[in-house]
Amino acid sequence: MIEFTDVVKSYSVGTQALKGVSLQIEDGEFAYLVGPSGSGKSTIIKLITGELKPTSGTVHVNGYSLERIRKREIPFLRRTVGVVFQDFRLIDTKTVYENVAFAMRVIGAGNREIRERVPYVLELVGLENKGHRHPTELSGGEQQRLAIARALVNNPSTIIADEPTGNLDPARSWEIMSLLQEINNLGTTTLVVTHQMDLVEKFHKRVIAINDGLVVSDGMDGYKAYEIQ
Amino acid sequence: MKFNKFSYLMKEGIRGIFLHGFMSFAAVCVTVACLLIVGLFSSLVYNLNIMVDDLNKTNEVIAYVDENLDDAEAKSIGSNINHIENVQESTFIHRKEALEQFVATYDNPEYFSGLSPDTLEHRYSIILMDNRKLTETVDALRAIPGISDVEAANELAEGFTTVQDVLEIVSVLVIAILLVVSLLIISNTVKLAMYDRRDEIAIMKMVGATNGFIRLPFIVEGFTLGMLGAGIAFGIEWALYDGLVGRIEQMEMAKNFLKFVPFTELLGPMVATFVGAGLFVGVVGSWTSIRKFLNV
Repeated sequence: MIEFTDVVKSYSVGTQALKGVSLQIEDGEFAYLVGPSGSGKSTIIKLITGELKPTSGTVHVNGYSLERIRKREIPFLRRTVGVVFQDFRLIDTKTVYENVAFAMRVIGAGNREIRERVPYVLELVGLENKGHRHPTELSGGEQQRLAIARALVNNPSTIIADEPTGNLDPARSWEIMSLLQEINNLGTTTLVVTHQMDLVEKFHKRVIAINDGLVVSDGMDGYKAYEIQ
Repeated sequence: MKFNKFSYLMKEGIRGIFLHGFMSFAAVCVTVACLLIVGLFSSLVYNLNIMVDDLNKTNEVIAYVDENLDDAEAKSIGSNINHIENVQESTFIHRKEALEQFVATYDNPEYFSGLSPDTLEHRYSIILMDNRKLTETVDALRAIPGISDVEAANELAEGFTTVQDVLEIVSVLVIAILLVVSLLIISNTVKLAMYDRRDEIAIMKMVGATNGFIRLPFIVEGFTLGMLGAGIAFGIEWALYDGLVGRIEQMEMAKNFLKFVPFTELLGPMVATFVGAGLFVGVVGSWTSIRKFLNV
């Protein structure tokens, strides 16, 4: 579960990125986070992954209180949150299989566990036949699916996708959104940050709109509610 | 730590060397160049010091024995002389022997045929460990009962002392500067190698790697590169040293006064310095460079 209560985040340069954000995303829920550039979306993601600490207010993510989390606990928080980025962030020198296995190695998984789990997630994202390829040999959509496989492989309770379709054409974007939807159906809490209004409208899910550091609308009314603001 | 995790981290460290071949090559080359300069300069200084020391030892102190003492008494003073801390060795010279030596220095020994050895005193020829302590040692010799006088070449000793002092200060300074410069250059190279990998480190952080897990392969890599650099530098240093010394010793002009110790005599301190510097640079270099990339 993700829970923000009256969260304020100020940066040392004096800008206030969040001005009192409260929101709650239940376990197994699917939500879109929308808002213009500079509205505070990235700050929310960085707070969830422990990259930043709130200036005031409380942030709870999967049982961790991030306003008082210790540095050495952060890796363990991150193992409960899989993150997918617009620019994929894959390791080009490793194969598709190794990119996914790497995420398991990092948390100390054994060889047998890796041999069982990696093919399963690669199949889940439709890359079961591309294990020996390198990321540079894949299309944009495939690279993003690989990034999703990596985010999923450690079975996190939450997936956060930051503009996952920003670099993809409409057809590939649709595929990725459907894949995230499927992952959510398997029980993973999913938060998708996006600008793509058409996709948000089609999937008809909860939309949290943020503007100028405040939540301006939150509900099933989709992108329109945010635009009316 | 589980064995398969440990062996994975080791393998990753070694793999990193080949994966980032150019940076590894650069780091090893810089380490070799820096260690080679430091190594050659220190072995040169070591040899110069020994040469000055040897010259120094030709400067002997003569202690004359009271003429009233008989042979046995004169010889017994030797143990008192050897007890003085700065005395490296003392040789008893009987007055007869002293006369022979004296006569031998002249072209016409027959002029001295009527001279009795009794006109001379028994004496000790003394070589000091450190000529910088000449005055104190001469005083200590004078204080020994049965020693009537002591003769020492003060000016010569002072000359050697000055040369040795200057050599010591200059060499310590130059080696220190060379070491600091080498460390800076090498740690910068390691930092560049690390910068090359910042994305990989960021991904590891993102998927929940602990700092220790991220650090270990880099430390293994730094250690291996440092040791490799040290090993290569050591080999080149050995070959260069032997080659140069061989050449110099063949030169007519140089062979009488330039004497070099064999490289095997330098082996211990050289291995210690090279391994120490290689380790320090590799491990400390990667440890400190990676720190800033871990703060994500």
